[in-house]
Amino acid sequence: MLRDVSLEIAEGEFLTILGESGSGKTTLLRIIAGFESATSGELWMGRERLDQQPPYRRRVNTVFQHYALFPHLTVEQNVAYGLRVAKRPETEIKERVSAALEKVQMSAHAPKKPSKISGGQQQRVALARALVNRPRLLLLDEPLSALDANLRRQMQVELKSLQREVGIAFVFVTHDQEEAMVMSDRIALLRSGELEQVASPREIYSRPATAYAAQFIGHTNLLKAEVQGGVARCGTLSWPTQLPDGQALFSLRPENIRVSTGATSDGAVRLDARVTQHAFHGATELIRAQSTDGQILVVRTSAGAAAQDQLALEFSPLDATPVRESPERN
Amino acid sequence: MFSRSYRAAVTVPPLVWVSVFLLVPYLLMFCYSFWAVSASQTIVHSWDFHNYKDLLTKSVYGETLLRSMWIATRVMLLSLLLGYPLAYFLSFYGGKRKDLLYQMVIIPLWVSYLVRAYAWKTILGSDGVLNTLLQYLHLTSHPLDFLLYSPFAVVLTLTHIYTPFAILPIYAALEHVPRNLVEASHDLGATPLQTFWKVIFPLSIPGVVAGATFAFVLSLGDFLAPLLIGGPSGIMISNIVVSLFGAAYDWPLGAAISLSMLVIVVSLLFLSEHLEKKWSFS
Repeated sequence: MLRDVSLEIAEGEFLTILGESGSGKTTLLRIIAGFESATSGELWMGRERLDQQPPYRRRVNTVFQHYALFPHLTVEQNVAYGLRVAKRPETEIKERVSAALEKVQMSAHAPKKPSKISGGQQQRVALARALVNRPRLLLLDEPLSALDANLRRQMQVELKSLQREVGIAFVFVTHDQEEAMVMSDRIALLRSGELEQVASPREIYSRPATAYAAQFIGHTNLLKAEVQGGVARCGTLSWPTQLPDGQALFSLRPENIRVSTGATSDGAVRLDARVTQHAFHGATELIRAQSTDGQILVVRTSAGAAAQDQLALEFSPLDATPVRESPERN
Repeated sequence: MFSRSYRAAVTVPPLVWVSVFLLVPYLLMFCYSFWAVSASQTIVHSWDFHNYKDLLTKSVYGETLLRSMWIATRVMLLSLLLGYPLAYFLSFYGGKRKDLLYQMVIIPLWVSYLVRAYAWKTILGSDGVLNTLLQYLHLTSHPLDFLLYSPFAVVLTLTHIYTPFAILPIYAALEHVPRNLVEASHDLGATPLQTFWKVIFPLSIPGVVAGATFAFVLSLGDFLAPLLIGGPSGIMISNIVVSLFGAAYDWPLGAAISLSMLVIVVSLLFLSEHLEKKWSFS
């Protein structure tokens, strides 16, 4: 169920629709592809209205979640399918198909049936099958979700560089925020059928618009504060803000909280806290700390930097980003 | 995993059943097909191929066998032509009524074969529903006699009776066509018609082969429809076998014809299985 979704995709852009399962991201993709129709609203591609056209007339191609390769056709025939139904000359088909297979490094598997190749290879064939038609827009429905973690990371990089190379706009659907961060030019964060925020990964991370966006993308601390006369107060903590008086919510990323080194930097907010939990993440460590007034904060430090139980922590008020409350929806 | 006695208990009865009621009779038939009938109407155990020679040289048998195969071929084609669109509609556009419509395909199978064959007699006969209607509308001045007691009547009746057998496997095959392949085809620019011929139909071929085999094999061996509504020109090979084992009292020739039919049918089943395997992908 989608409500009030308004989205513009630039030529050659890599846009990720990010959301939890049931957020409506696949529905949105299916509406763009033409498999489902919206009850209201319009869909345009340049000057061409898309939503009144059947899927086979749209210059949009899809890489399906489970690839949807035709099992009775060989890899080569699968890739040639779109060109064959468009009745392109056979010599052109041959050239374009072999170029497309080359691009995804599947030339050696051309005469095989899809059941004879691995999941990762099927993935590449599905990609070649879509790209060979030179669509203006390529839709990818969680194309990497069936792959194991290693292959997945590798494909993320490949997919991204392929997109740069072909210059076709990609709309990529995923529920994996890390994947979205790595690959996208922009992320459209969808929650219960409504857009929460549309922004570049950097912006959405550093300036999340809502509490949900802040929590869904990366870790964060949400501080519920009371603003009065340009000062936000949360428990014993207080920092200057430009928000008007009243309730306010701030997002504070764990890496923006430092272990205090003694000499307090100018304007920093200080607090004392007790470490309740360590989580080792390789180069960094995530620490759960409880301040003296009961506030729980997640802090990212370099590994081993916070071995003691009691810590003096500090953060810059500039890093406390005001976010909107995310209301309950269903 | 299972004890020896348990395995014996579940496997022995069916094996005995198959031996007593299938293998032994076939073995007897096989022997009979080489024997002969003497002038005094007794079976002579003379081992030679004269029955098979008769089958190939006496035109009545060859012609009837060919006619039976031609009738069965027409029934098969008609069943596919009628059954495929229906199965297709049911599978792709059945919606919420799918189960109900599916039941309606099966229900005719609950009605006795004889009743259905007789029903056609009352429709096609010279005083039948069809002729009465044609005369009432002044389209014909006297009853059309080719309607009943003709190969046409046999083909019509057998098609009516065996079409459900063609529909069911085709429907099952169509139900197994992944719908995302249909979407992928549309996505790649194929029109619904192109999608049908390039994706849906090829993937339903195993069902078509199974349905065609059912319709053909069941029709080929049918003897009631030709008996009731075929008339002299609609006689099929099974009617000849029945009379050879009955009034004509030539069991050896009857056995030879039966075994030849068996060879034809079994070869068809092998061919059909081969085709189904060739066209199934998973």
